[in-house]
Amino acid sequence: MELIAFYIFSVIVTVSAVAVIVARNPVHSVLWLILSFFTAAGMLVLIGAEFLAMLLVVVYVGAVAVLFLFVVMMLDVDFVELKQGSLRYWPFAVLVGIAFIAEITLAGLSREMGQNELFNPMPDAATNAEAIGAVLYTQYFLLFQLAGIILLIAMIGAIVLTLRHRPDVQRQNIARQTARRRSDATEAVSVEPNKGI
Amino acid sequence: MMDLTVNHFMSLSAILFTIGVVGIFVNRKNIIVMLMAIELILLSVNLNLVAFSVFSGTIMGQIFAMLVLTVAAAEAAVGLAILVVYFRNRGDIAVESVDLMKG
Repeated sequence: MELIAFYIFSVIVTVSAVAVIVARNPVHSVLWLILSFFTAAGMLVLIGAEFLAMLLVVVYVGAVAVLFLFVVMMLDVDFVELKQGSLRYWPFAVLVGIAFIAEITLAGLSREMGQNELFNPMPDAATNAEAIGAVLYTQYFLLFQLAGIILLIAMIGAIVLTLRHRPDVQRQNIARQTARRRSDATEAVSVEPNKGI
Repeated sequence: MMDLTVNHFMSLSAILFTIGVVGIFVNRKNIIVMLMAIELILLSVNLNLVAFSVFSGTIMGQIFAMLVLTVAAAEAAVGLAILVVYFRNRGDIAVESVDLMKG
């Protein structure tokens, strides 16, 4: 039963991964990418790693794929023109792919085929999330902090890269505004009758 | 009937990885799809890490998978930000002309 589900999932994930790289329209590519992430999450549920599965859905589908979709739709690029001439890359790409598969197969063949005697997605805990939490905040706490710092740096980097001050846009300068006194803007003048200022 | 083993996941992971690498070579002109192919490669790595973690009964692989997920998210954010800046400066995202930025 699990094996049948695995094969169904793996067919879906492989087909959608191929569709990601051959789709003409990048919007379709992003949607296929979302399908493959979802299916991979289903696979992780199948072997009991529920926490990672939910994280995959939240982070990849919720953040990364939406970011891709946003950028693809925001950039006004002629994607049909980009696709021109991609046919001549195929022979080399297929060659590289065959080389990769051959190398991985060779490495796999030389290895003893193991069985799953130790199958356990939640060692020493009631649930998968509990098992992860028990070590994540104790044993691997520095790694956890490091992940947070990486995300912070990425966030600052993305903001610094895309921030720009347009000269033609009027912006509010709050410091200047609050530092302004009445004497800067107004002047008391005693006007004599029948004369201008 | 055969049980689900780590070899199934390793094979699938190898196939996904190769699709990702081929995708980088095929979409030489379209950097957005190249970034998506990199996400596919990272997904296959994650699948492998989690499968090894579950089938060997240790939780460490899942922690590593979380870190890979973090790096993937950061990479996508910074990569797309660079892409947006490049598009703003040049008006297109042709990868061949990126080397114009060399002095």
